[in-house]
Amino acid sequence: MAILSAKGVSKRFGGLQAVNKLDLEIEENSISSVIGPNGAGKTTFFNCVTGFYNPEEGQILFNGHEIEGLTPDRVTRLGIARTYQNIRLFANMTAIENVLVGEHGLLKNNFIDAVIRTPRFNHEEKAAVEEARRLMRFVGLRGMGDHLARNLPYGAQRRLEIARALASKPKLLLLDEPTAGMNPQETNELTRFIRDLRDQLKVTILLIEHHMRVVMDISEQITVLDYGSKIAEGNASDIQNNPAVIEAYLGRGAATGLKATKVQ
Amino acid sequence: MTASVQKLRASSSNASLAMDWKGVLRIGLVGGLMAVLVSVIGMVETFDGRDIIGGVITMGQTVLVMPVFITSMMAAGLNSSYSRLSQILDAGISGLLASAVLGLLIWVSQMVNLRPIFVNISPSLIKILAFGRTLPGDLIPALGLLLGYGLVIGLAAGLLYVAPTKIRKAITSGIIWVLVLGLLGELLRTVVVGKPFEESVSWILGTRNQKGVSVIGATVLFLVIAGISYLSQTFGVGIRSQVQARRSALPVNAQRGLNAILVLVVFLIVWQLPSLFGIYLSDVANTVGLYILMGLGLNIVVGFAGLLDLGYVAFFALGAYTMAVATSTAVGSGRGLILFSLNLTFWEALPVAVGVACLAGIILGIPVLKMRGDYLAIVTLGFGEIIRILAFSDFLKPYIGGAQGIVKIAPISVLGQNMTKPPELFHVVLIICAVVAFVAWRLRDSRIGRAWKAIREDEDVAAAMGINLVTTKLLAFATGAAFSGFAGAIFASKLTSIIPGSFGLLVSINILALIIVGGMGSLPGVLVGALALVALPELLREFSEFRLLVFGAVLVGMMIYKPEGLLPEETLKLELHEPEPGELES
Repeated sequence: MAILSAKGVSKRFGGLQAVNKLDLEIEENSISSVIGPNGAGKTTFFNCVTGFYNPEEGQILFNGHEIEGLTPDRVTRLGIARTYQNIRLFANMTAIENVLVGEHGLLKNNFIDAVIRTPRFNHEEKAAVEEARRLMRFVGLRGMGDHLARNLPYGAQRRLEIARALASKPKLLLLDEPTAGMNPQETNELTRFIRDLRDQLKVTILLIEHHMRVVMDISEQITVLDYGSKIAEGNASDIQNNPAVIEAYLGRGAATGLKATKVQ
Repeated sequence: MTASVQKLRASSSNASLAMDWKGVLRIGLVGGLMAVLVSVIGMVETFDGRDIIGGVITMGQTVLVMPVFITSMMAAGLNSSYSRLSQILDAGISGLLASAVLGLLIWVSQMVNLRPIFVNISPSLIKILAFGRTLPGDLIPALGLLLGYGLVIGLAAGLLYVAPTKIRKAITSGIIWVLVLGLLGELLRTVVVGKPFEESVSWILGTRNQKGVSVIGATVLFLVIAGISYLSQTFGVGIRSQVQARRSALPVNAQRGLNAILVLVVFLIVWQLPSLFGIYLSDVANTVGLYILMGLGLNIVVGFAGLLDLGYVAFFALGAYTMAVATSTAVGSGRGLILFSLNLTFWEALPVAVGVACLAGIILGIPVLKMRGDYLAIVTLGFGEIIRILAFSDFLKPYIGGAQGIVKIAPISVLGQNMTKPPELFHVVLIICAVVAFVAWRLRDSRIGRAWKAIREDEDVAAAMGINLVTTKLLAFATGAAFSGFAGAIFASKLTSIIPGSFGLLVSINILALIIVGGMGSLPGVLVGALALVALPELLREFSEFRLLVFGAVLVGMMIYKPEGLLPEETLKLELHEPEPGELES
């Protein structure tokens, strides 16, 4: 069953058609990728899904709910979490506080609870901190919790961002270029980690990624965007041999050249 | 000469005399210009009659020596690879240069009449600078003396610079304490007058008609402070870590209990302060208390949630005016009377005032929800001005008194007793401050506090974490406004009359400055900021002419050398007590 389905989603910025009548179906508990050249509209699509942009046309269904036009916090509460292309942590908060903020939507205590420290507050906070520590360990950041997020090394920041996203207990996790800026070994580790995420937490994963080895390695479904439109869809081997994809990435000459070599 | 050549020379033989001519020249001239500045603006002359150490050092001399001393220390620190002797000499030359600049001022003032341009270059100033010599007859000896002093001050600064860190810090803190006590000595004397221990401290503070501390007092104070500083640097770390270790060895509940007892003890000590303070100091303390209240509120809006609010005084005004309209007995039509009053008592009106301010916070919050940074600042600035102008307006004059304000506001009364004297009010202010600080502290370490901080750090991401920006921001505005309304209500009842002039932009700026100086987002910082920016200027009222000048200079210096504030926001340690986990990893 499709957990996320986009039907004819369009988003314009002035004269620029960033996303053009995009249809997309993401199967529950799958790992899917959206790829495409720079400026293809991948991140814009993510922003439409997470509620940052309100698409002009089309419909986005998540678990049967219409989510286009909802505010980001409502979308998150429904069960979609994301990370960012350029890491966007709460830099002047500690690592564990970052994760605790991720749990925000799950906690219920209010102003009065906080001031008089009701049993509900104490109980909930304790459980929340416990959960945050557990997530920190899960992403391999044990013992780093009290460091300010901005003082963490780059790889740790990427992991912390994932921990923070997981803290809201999402059903769908959107990862925007998770391996950007990582060395080959870190990239391999992260690839394995993403697969573990899906297997252990039963979370559906949709990623934007430029690193083709990662994409081909872990994606069960790949969607290729160019100039806001979907130009191809399928599994890894479908995409690798698709002339439209090659043209989008390398230009028409390369596509015809490649065809020619194949014929030979 | 290029820097690389000097470096080469310095490294080739460390004992030889090396000198960064350009640097020393520059710093020496800066020091001299600063000394000339404080002279030309009249600080030296005005402060000359004010003793820091009775009969030895005047305030005027201090403000003259200070820039020379500090720049000489900077000259000594120009290049750390130089030998100590060179560093001391650099400092000495810098001091000499600075005094030469000052000498130039004396010389020029003898040649041309500078007074049409610089009013403050009076004969008496020149006389002070020339060590009382009669000019122009004694010009040469006077200049010689000046240069000699400059050299000595510079060399002293150099010596202090090359001294071992512990000794340097000890001497510096000794000097600072003597200066502070010398400045505040008169105030302290008013505190001890008539107290049983007056006799036993008079040898430090000098006699009643003297300003500043006595020579013996200064010496003893210097030695004691320097000694304490030295000892604490030597043993302080060890003792502190031992105390820490002992504390963390206790169970969590015992630690909490210990904290609570500490807070209680401090509270009780502060509770007793008015009996020591007397009326004037208690009144200053009350003003500080009101600023702490407002600071705590603005700290939530700006420090926690990062919403730059420049019209914060509006909520203070609304709280004060609500209290006034709700309780004033000056009802009627005519001058100084208002048409309508609710005739409530202070305690009945207080929640109304807080409620009105809180509501205003929400009403202001709604249109600015989508704004950030500069735009938000401008809108709130406008809001503050609107409230002030409305308070002044003829349009609302029948209701809130216009420029004449409102009189006969109900005083604060506790158990049927009116609290009108500052020492009595102090206790009310203290309790309210404590309650509000408690609320702010509890909020900070909660889900709401974290949401505010997340919005401060990155609004979009905060929303993506499930934080409802609308309610969270409005809650910040409402809480901040409520605290300020509290302060306004007390302010009105404390004075029992208000005028719109008390609610100008400068109040907003002052509160903002105090939380920046204290440290954004830091609760103890609010207290420190209020003491530094409200109490200190109030206590140093005798220097009122130069108050804002010094204030501005200190702010500039602070932002350059300690931009995070005096007591920066501390980060919570949540993972520290984590028991070694044996549980599963996922």
